[in-house]
Amino acid sequence: MPNTSHNDDRIEAKFRELRGLREGALVAYLTGGDPDPKTFLANSTALIEGGADIVEIGIPFSDPIADGPVIQASSMRALSNGTTPLVVLNMIRELSTQFPVPFVVLSYYNPILAMGLDRFLQKARESGVDGIVVPDLPVEESEEFRNISLKHNVDNIYLAAPNTSRTRLRTVLDKSKGFLYLVSIYGVTGPRDSLSPQALEAVRAVKFLARGKIPVSAGFGISQPEHVSAVIQSGADGAIVGSALVRIVGNHLDDPSQAETQLKKTVQSLKEATRLSSKLE
Amino acid sequence: MKKHAEPRTHSKPGKFGKYGGQYVPETLMEPLRALEEAYNRFSRDPSCKKELAGWLDDFAGRPTPLYLATNLTSHVGGARIYLKREDLLHGGAHKINNTLGQALLAKKMGKRRIIAETGAGQHGVATAMACAALGLRAEVYMGSEDMDRQKLNVYRMKMLGAKVHPVESGSKTLKDAINEALRDWVTNVQDTYYLLGSVVGPHPYPTMVRDFQSVIGKEARKQIMQQEGGLPKALVACVGGGSNSIGIFHSFLHDPDVDLYGVEAGGESLSPGQNAAPLVAGREGVLHGMMTYVLQNEVGQVQTTRSISAGLDYPGVGPEHAFLMTAGRAKYVTVSDEEALEAFKNLSQLEGIMPALESAHAISYTMKLAKSLGTRDSIIVNLSGRGDKDVEIVAKHLPQ
Repeated sequence: MPNTSHNDDRIEAKFRELRGLREGALVAYLTGGDPDPKTFLANSTALIEGGADIVEIGIPFSDPIADGPVIQASSMRALSNGTTPLVVLNMIRELSTQFPVPFVVLSYYNPILAMGLDRFLQKARESGVDGIVVPDLPVEESEEFRNISLKHNVDNIYLAAPNTSRTRLRTVLDKSKGFLYLVSIYGVTGPRDSLSPQALEAVRAVKFLARGKIPVSAGFGISQPEHVSAVIQSGADGAIVGSALVRIVGNHLDDPSQAETQLKKTVQSLKEATRLSSKLE
Repeated sequence: MKKHAEPRTHSKPGKFGKYGGQYVPETLMEPLRALEEAYNRFSRDPSCKKELAGWLDDFAGRPTPLYLATNLTSHVGGARIYLKREDLLHGGAHKINNTLGQALLAKKMGKRRIIAETGAGQHGVATAMACAALGLRAEVYMGSEDMDRQKLNVYRMKMLGAKVHPVESGSKTLKDAINEALRDWVTNVQDTYYLLGSVVGPHPYPTMVRDFQSVIGKEARKQIMQQEGGLPKALVACVGGGSNSIGIFHSFLHDPDVDLYGVEAGGESLSPGQNAAPLVAGREGVLHGMMTYVLQNEVGQVQTTRSISAGLDYPGVGPEHAFLMTAGRAKYVTVSDEEALEAFKNLSQLEGIMPALESAHAISYTMKLAKSLGTRDSIIVNLSGRGDKDVEIVAKHLPQ
């Protein structure tokens, strides 16, 4: 039985469980409400059925400065059909009552502020959200936000970048809950053909400083099974794939059922690549 | 004399009260720290200051006159109206004060690739000029909508050797150009300098750009003391991002008897989407790395803006203005498109000076204010730019 009754620390528990199986976690991202609520729910289900270990859902924002063209376009699609933060949280509730996987929400800070920090985080918790990533809220600005997320038992997942100094990295590692989100390259989100050696160096450096106290997942530019397997082999506890999945949604706007099939298949192959025992060795 | 506290006294560096800060992706934290350090060194180094002053005088054309607009004054019938003539600067606007400062700083930092955003194109042109003069490579992001509206400035940038990148995302205007410049910077942090055009964005930009623009107020204060033998009753300046207004306000912040008025773009009306007046019609939020006032809908999506003046067409505003408003030190008002056009006509025909449509907003409010004051009072209005760039738009709205 999955741990449905146990509500706290479900993210770290998932990483522990996977470690026992010698697997990394596949964190799979979609933008909430893209391209419409019904298709989004079906697509999210496809991710879970394909084997995603953690599902990350983005709240669409008008000015996503950390995102490349693929996720920008998905945000615009979602916003144009009227998707609001509340709509996204309600859809997560629908998913979280059906599936035991941990859910992470990604939101820029302004929509959270607009709802009110306390109200947003309480609502998130009630909807089954286990963790939250705020890409434009560095640790220096997040004291109040962190306290409120602790109160509501929503893991505050901070980001680290290749140029994050050691001193700041220690703070970020210390304050993160659930996992640390390692932005493995210089740039915005978006699929890339190859994974730079720098990305793997960043994984090793951060894992070394984390000393096993918190899982580290790598994201940005990770789009293919080979990338996933490379970051996991380099020591990452998880791989985050976003734009590669969102692109599938965008490519099949006329034929949503095709998107579902493709998503499920893609996630299966990405998940396979997280298994340390599989091939390659 | 402590009526108006120094903005940063009771808050962390980079904060103006609760406003400002660094709400940016993690990858930008390190370059922002490096920028702050380099700027602090630059601003304390007498040889850097001297070098910048040389460029401002010989290249940009400083100091600019403080001109008593006698015809406008007698037309209105009230306080004497002085114009701070930033429109006479090279490039036709105050923007060059900032671009020369930052381009010099970038050069000292060893950066050779400069990126910038631009709305109406004035900051893009001023960036292209400073970069050409200092031997730096300039790339400017500009919304494709704005490129259509401001073709002349696109040509000017290209002729000055800058590369112009059309921005097709979002609303295809200034806010999206800033988004795109930030995305470029995140990708190319190692060799690229982001030359922001206003007192907006994450710390240290609001402070740094204010310092570079505060030359306006320093001069104006000296000039009014010489010409009037005393301080003015009020200062008036238009506020888009807010750099020309902060630039002139700053030397008068500690003069409690000088009233400060920032004029936002009232556009068509104060209904959502019909103006560009975040301080008057918006509320607190986070945009482009700063906590400030933002035009946004009830769920925190940033709203599109509307103003006849492209340079004021921005949904956010410099955090120091948010602070000055909430602290009660400055007042913020709006002037509509129609009133700005009327002021454009008035200043052109009464004084022989065509103001930029941005500055025409300030002129319009100044005329209202002057009428309510006595003839012994004086007002300084910052004429932040000249109107040549706007003649096409004005011609469309003022037939014959």
